[in-house]
Amino acid sequence: MNTRSHTTVAPTTQNRKRWNLGVWLAVIALILAMLVPFQSAVYPVFIMKVMCFGLFACAFNLLLGFGGLLSFGHAAFFGSAAYVTAYLCKELGFGPGLGLLAGMGTSAILGAIIGSIAIRRQGIYFAMVTLALAQFVYFVALQAPFTGGEDGIQNVPRGLLFGVIDLSDDTAMYYLILAVFLAGVFVVHRIVNSHFGEVLMAIRENEPRAISLGYEVSRVKLLVFVLSATLAGLAGSLKALLFQIASLADVHWHASGEVILMTLLGGMGTLLGPLVGAAMVVTLHSYLSGVGAWSTVIIGLVFMICVTAFRRGVIGEIYAWLQRGKARS
Amino acid sequence: MEALLTMSPQALIAQLLIGLINGSFYAILSLGLAIIFGLLNVINFAHGAMYMLGAFFAWLALTQVGTWIGSPDISISYWLALLLAPLAVALLGMALERTLLRRLYKLDHLYGLLFTFGLSLFLEGIFTQWWGAAGQSYPVPEALSGAVRFEALGVVLPKYRVWVVFASLLVCLLTWWAIERTRLGAFLRAGTDNPRLLRAFGVNVPLMITLTYGFGVFLAGFAGVLAAPVYQVSPLMGTNLIIIVFAVVVIGGMGSIGGAIVTGLALGIVEGLSKIVYPQASAITIFLIMAIVLMIRPSGLFGKTA
Amino acid sequence: MSNANSKNGLRSTSGVPMLKVDDLHAWYGESHILHGVSFEVREGEVVTLLGRNGAGRTSTLRAIMGMTDRCKGVIQVRGQDITTMPAHRIAHLGIGYCPEERGIFAGLSTEENLTLLPVVAQGGMSLDEIYEMFPNLKERAKSQGTRLSGGEQQMLAMARILRTGARLLLLDEITEGLAPVIVQRLADVVRQLSSRGYTIVLIEQNFRFAAPLADRHYVIEHGRVIETITKAELPSKQGVLDELLAV
Repeated sequence: MNTRSHTTVAPTTQNRKRWNLGVWLAVIALILAMLVPFQSAVYPVFIMKVMCFGLFACAFNLLLGFGGLLSFGHAAFFGSAAYVTAYLCKELGFGPGLGLLAGMGTSAILGAIIGSIAIRRQGIYFAMVTLALAQFVYFVALQAPFTGGEDGIQNVPRGLLFGVIDLSDDTAMYYLILAVFLAGVFVVHRIVNSHFGEVLMAIRENEPRAISLGYEVSRVKLLVFVLSATLAGLAGSLKALLFQIASLADVHWHASGEVILMTLLGGMGTLLGPLVGAAMVVTLHSYLSGVGAWSTVIIGLVFMICVTAFRRGVIGEIYAWLQRGKARS
Repeated sequence: MEALLTMSPQALIAQLLIGLINGSFYAILSLGLAIIFGLLNVINFAHGAMYMLGAFFAWLALTQVGTWIGSPDISISYWLALLLAPLAVALLGMALERTLLRRLYKLDHLYGLLFTFGLSLFLEGIFTQWWGAAGQSYPVPEALSGAVRFEALGVVLPKYRVWVVFASLLVCLLTWWAIERTRLGAFLRAGTDNPRLLRAFGVNVPLMITLTYGFGVFLAGFAGVLAAPVYQVSPLMGTNLIIIVFAVVVIGGMGSIGGAIVTGLALGIVEGLSKIVYPQASAITIFLIMAIVLMIRPSGLFGKTA
Repeated sequence: MSNANSKNGLRSTSGVPMLKVDDLHAWYGESHILHGVSFEVREGEVVTLLGRNGAGRTSTLRAIMGMTDRCKGVIQVRGQDITTMPAHRIAHLGIGYCPEERGIFAGLSTEENLTLLPVVAQGGMSLDEIYEMFPNLKERAKSQGTRLSGGEQQMLAMARILRTGARLLLLDEITEGLAPVIVQRLADVVRQLSSRGYTIVLIEQNFRFAAPLADRHYVIEHGRVIETITKAELPSKQGVLDELLAV
C-alpha cells in the first residue's frame, strides 16, 4: 500500500532529534505503565485490554504500514492462537507460558500457509485472498469439535506462570501482559529498523525496482507476513488468558476490520500509531458496549471518515504538524 | 459419496437447483463487482450491503410502505419491487459515488476497498439496529408459487426457484450483450482501458463512472429482490455472501465479463454438489478451490496476468 | 516568453486565431512541467512543436486537451477560453487529438475504435470515405484494435479523429516507429488535410517529414517556447535549429 505521502519512518536527522523527546516520553510512559495497578483512576483490566489489542495492531501495522500489504484476515491469526491457548490451558492443563508459546506457534504456521498462498497476488487481490482464507478459518472454528462452536472455550484458567506466579491475581497478570507487550513492540521496532526493515520498505515503495535490485521480494514478503501473524497470535493468546475465553468473535471478519481501523485511525507506518489507535477503538467499544448494533454503525462511520479525511491518522497528523513547525523555524 | 450415488434424481436435481441459485447470485454479484472494478478500480465491499438493501427495500415496500403513508392496505408487489428496489439502490449508490467515492480515485486502490468496507459495516449496523439481526420473511409471489413439472427429467421443482435461475441468467446475458455488443458497452470497455484519453475525446467519463457504479449496484439490488423469498431478509445476508463472491472473483479473475458469469455459476454448482457429498465442508469448498487455483494459476481462470 | 510570438511571419489572416496558448503552466501532481508556453495557430495553418525529448511538447498538447492534473494560463480556441473547461467538453469545440502512444482501445474492434469517438462538428468524413482513404482498416474492421500493426494503429488513430468533424488536429509523433512507405502515406494525408483547410499542430522528431508541411516551427525547451522559425526563415536558421535540437 502506497503510504509514501504520509509516513515518516526512515531514520532521518529530524527523526533522531525527535528521538530524544521520544525517549523521554517513552520512559515516562513506562513508569506510568508500571504504576497502573497501584492507582484507581484507570482500570488495570482496561489497560491490559488496550495492550493486547495494541500488540495486535502493532503486528498488523508491520505488515500494512511498513510492508504495504493489506491483510483483511488478520483475525485468523489472533483468534486461532486464542483458541489453541485456551484449549491447551483448559483441557490439557498447559501452563500459561507454554500456552502462549503454543498459540504463537499455531499462528506462525497458519501465517506461513496463508501467506504463501496470498502472496501470489498483489494489492487488492491480496486483500481479498486473505479475507477469504480467514473466512475459511472462521468456518473451521465454527464447526471443529474442540472450539465449542457458538459458545467458544470459556473459563480458561490463567494458571501459574513458571509454576509459581499465580496469574489469577490481576496485578501479576498485568505485569506479564506489560512485559510481553513491551517485548512484542520492541521486536517490531527492531525489525523495522534493521536491514530487513529497509528492504521491506523499499519493496513497499517500488516493488519492480526492488526486484531489479536483486532482492528476493517473495521471501521478504512471506517472512514479514509470518512475523506479523506470529505476533498477532501472541496478542490473541494473551487476550485468551486475560479474559479467560476464546470465541468466534476472535476469528470473525469484524475483528479483522477492527484491527485495520485501529491502525488507520492511529496512523499507519508509525510505531505509536497502532497503539494509539488500539486505545481509541477499545475506549470507543467500552462507551458503545450497551448500544448493540450502533457500535457497528459508528465503527463503519469512523472508517469512512478516516479514509476520506483523516488518512494519516492521529500520530501521522501529529508528526506532520511537528514537521511543519520545524520547517517554519 | 454414497449419498450422491443413492440419491434419487429428484433429490439430486433439487439440490443442484439450489446450487444453481447460489451460482446465479454469485454470477450477478461478481459481474457487478467486475464492472465496477474495471472502470473505477475500486473493489466495492459494499456490494453485499447493496444486495441486502435490494432485499430490504422489497420487503419494506411490501410490508411497511402502507403503514408509512397511512394506508396499511397499500403495498408494493414483488413485480414492482423487482424494478423499483434495485432502482432505489442504484440511486443511493450513485449519490455515494458522486459525493464520497469519487474523492478516492486518485489514491491507492486499497482506500476504495477500505471505504466501501466501512460503508458496508455502516449499512449492516443501521439495518440491524432498526429491524434486528433475525431475518424477515418475504412471501413467494402468487404467480410463482407452487411447483412445476419437468417431464423430460421426471422431476418436480419449485416454480420460484426455477424463475430465480431463469431471471438471473437472463440479466447476466443481457448485461454481457450490452457490454460486448453495443456502442454504450464500447464506451465502458474503452473507459476501462484508458479513461483519461476517452475523456479527451469528448466522452463524459465522470458521468459514465457514476452510471456504471449505479448499474453495478442495481444488479446487486436486483439479486437481492430475487433472493428475498428464498432466503430470509436479514441485515447480515450481504456480508456473508460478499466474502464468498470475493473468492469467486479471485478464482475467475476480473478480466472478462463472461468469465465472471461462468465462474459464478460453476462454483455455485460445485458448492451444491459438495453439500451432497460432504455437507460439513460445503461452506469452505469455494475457499479451498480458491487456494488451489492460486497455487496453479494466480491470475485466475479468466484473468489477464497482473 | 511571448516575445517569441511577436516575430514577423504569422500569416495575416483576419479574425481570431484558431488556437492561442499564452503563458501556459502545467503540473503533473507536484511536478511543474510547463513553464509558460506561448504560441498561436491561425485557421488553416500547420505548425510544429519541436524540441528534445522531455522538453514539454507532448505535455503542451495534453494540457490543451485537459489531460494534465492542473494548469494555469490562457488556452483559447477561436477566442473561447478552455483553460478551466471540463476535459470532456474540449473536444466538442472541434478538436481532434492523436496521442503519442496512439491510444487504441483494447477490448474494442477496429471498427468500434473508429466509430467510438463522438462527432464534434459537421463535415467529418463518413465511414466510407475513411475506408477509401485507409483501405487496410476496412480489411481489419472486425479484428481487435490492439492486434493491428504499428502502422495500421497509427492510421486508425488518425482516421478516427477525421470522422468526428474536428477541424483543429493535434498530432503527436504520428510517424514514430513506422516504415518509410507508411510515413510517406501519412505525409500525403497531412498535406491533403492541410489543403482542405484543416488547422494542424504537429509534434515531430522527424524533421524531414515536418519541414515541408509546416508554416511555422516552435522550438520548446524546459517547458517554454524558446524559438520561432517561419517557413521562409528556415534556410537561414537551419544552423540554429540543429543546435537547439541536438541531443
